[in-house]
Amino acid sequence: MALVEARGVVKRFGEQTVLDGVDLEVEPHKVVALIGASGSGKSTLLRCINGLEALDGGTIRVDGRSVLQDDIKLNRLRRDVGIVFQSFNLFPHMSVIDNVMLAPRKVLGVSKADAADRARWLLDRIGLADKADAFPDRLSGGQQQRVAIVRAMAMRPKVLLLDEITSALDPELVDEVLEMVTDLAHEGMTMILATHEMDFARDVADKVCFLHKGSILEEGPPAEIFGSPRHERTAEFLRRSLEGRSR
Amino acid sequence: MTGAQGATRPPYGRAPARARAFAVASLGFAVVGGIAAAIRSQSTDNDWLAVFLLALPLSIAALYYGRHVETQVVDVDGDEADEAVARTSRRIAVAAIATSAALCLGLAIWSAWDGLQDVGDTFFSWENIKSSFPDVVEGFWLNIQIFIIAEILVLGWGLVVATMRRAPGRAAMPLRWFAVVYVDVFRGLPAIVTIYLVGFGLPLTSLPVVSNPDLSIDIGPFHLDQLACLGILALTLVYGAYVAEVYRSGIESVHWSQDAAARGLGLSRGQSLRFVVVPQAIRRVVPPLMNDFIGLQKDTALLNVLGVLEGFNIARIYAGNEFNLSAVTGLGICFLVITIPMTRFADYLVKRDQKRLQAAGG
Ligand SMILES: Nc1ncnc2c1ncn2[C@@H]1O[C@H](COP(=O)(O)OP(=O)(O)OP(=O)(O)O)[C@@H](O)[C@H]1O
Ligand SMILES: [Mg+2]
Repeated sequence: MALVEARGVVKRFGEQTVLDGVDLEVEPHKVVALIGASGSGKSTLLRCINGLEALDGGTIRVDGRSVLQDDIKLNRLRRDVGIVFQSFNLFPHMSVIDNVMLAPRKVLGVSKADAADRARWLLDRIGLADKADAFPDRLSGGQQQRVAIVRAMAMRPKVLLLDEITSALDPELVDEVLEMVTDLAHEGMTMILATHEMDFARDVADKVCFLHKGSILEEGPPAEIFGSPRHERTAEFLRRSLEGRSR
Repeated sequence: MTGAQGATRPPYGRAPARARAFAVASLGFAVVGGIAAAIRSQSTDNDWLAVFLLALPLSIAALYYGRHVETQVVDVDGDEADEAVARTSRRIAVAAIATSAALCLGLAIWSAWDGLQDVGDTFFSWENIKSSFPDVVEGFWLNIQIFIIAEILVLGWGLVVATMRRAPGRAAMPLRWFAVVYVDVFRGLPAIVTIYLVGFGLPLTSLPVVSNPDLSIDIGPFHLDQLACLGILALTLVYGAYVAEVYRSGIESVHWSQDAAARGLGLSRGQSLRFVVVPQAIRRVVPPLMNDFIGLQKDTALLNVLGVLEGFNIARIYAGNEFNLSAVTGLGICFLVITIPMTRFADYLVKRDQKRLQAAGG
């Protein structure tokens, strides 16, 4: 059974229909990459899956649990769905380790000692153990994003949503973050990532979905999408993003 | 090469000598003025001495001219002797400035002497301050009690109003409206009008609690009668409106994705507010909050219109009886002792938190 299952998802902001009947299935331990032009609705779709936006139509189920706009159920659902944004992820008034410990302690009720142990272990794995007591402003952008991922992982989510987590970073900091995501993929983490990094999507994703004007125009294994796209629009989008990169 | 000297005149010509003459003249003018002032110090008809005040601008001009000339000489690698003359003229001009400044100050103090003595007697009579101070301080203690209690109430009430204003959903519409109207009204009214209406109006009604003449606060060191309590209520209403807005802008100044990040981690709306949004908002809120508190502390003096015997009222009574305002000066000092450190503390907090909160973007 699919871990994440979206059926005919519709989302409007005022007059504008941002998502117009999106169908998406994500199997456990698979990585799905969402690609598409700016404004095509990638972020909105991720936010809907996490219940941060109310749906105007369709259904989304995560691990069989429906994403309803019911606060209590949503809080429960979000434990299973981690999300990391492009920027402004870390809480600037807390040290790195407090950032990581906050949700396990307050949401899962883990004891302080246990939460700290696990946080240190997680930070150690990404080589940031020595930054545990630093505040976010002392970290580079890449380090901040890696801590944000660790913080999401501390909740042991079933699926992780990553929304263009490298697009606010300086180019030389991108790789360390992508490497970390690749490691997570190899460990079998289920992930949905919105990205402009086509090479990365090709390497790490099991399935690539091309979003166009609020619906998934084309989806398939990366080799297929990048090698022989069926739709003219997909081909054009890929051509453009290749041009953009070589510039 | 003596012949060449007369033939080629340097481009700055006789400017160094002129600069020196100018400086000497202004110094002379200042000195003459000083001597004249000293000689005429016993006479009453001294208005013409004011002419010598011109010595100050003259000597400043001489200084600038001297510098200008010296620059010219140095620029063309001119005669060293000329350079020395220009430098001397600068030094003389500095001396002239010092002399004429002393002269101006002397003349100013001298001519205003009687007036200054009056100022000293009226505002800073040590006798008066000393004799009134114990009573003024006792009155000021009431101001302190009032603002401490009012500040605590304002902190809570402002938060309630700010929360109402941000309450989500259609059902909360009346709450939002109440908050908007309340804030508009009490920020718009002069504080003294609110104090007057509350202090004199509510006792005339048959409302519970507030119209009860036995209303009082007696907790620990706090002893407040009905009028003082109504004053606190009025101040709370006024400053609650300001502080509600301070809270609101503080909460709104926290980037929305901070809430999204917290909610995304599974924190409930309340938890996100409590652990993520409010702690950051507080750091941004403290400086404007401190300002409002300083305003509130000062406005406790307005309660004198109700007849509350706080510091200003007592100092005013003293001032009326003695025909001397020094008691009020004493009260002013009491206020400053509290408000100045508070302002400094607020500045310190801002400095401490600013960097950390700004830096955590990407
Ligand atoms: N809260 C909101 N209110 C109104 N409109 C919104 C809101 N959030 C997103 N939109 C609009 O929805 C559309 C899709 O936005 P979305 O952020 O999902 O695009 P995206 O594919 O993630 O783009 P990008 O690659 O630039 O991040 C945009 O036109 C955007 O202006
Ligand atoms: Mg986006």
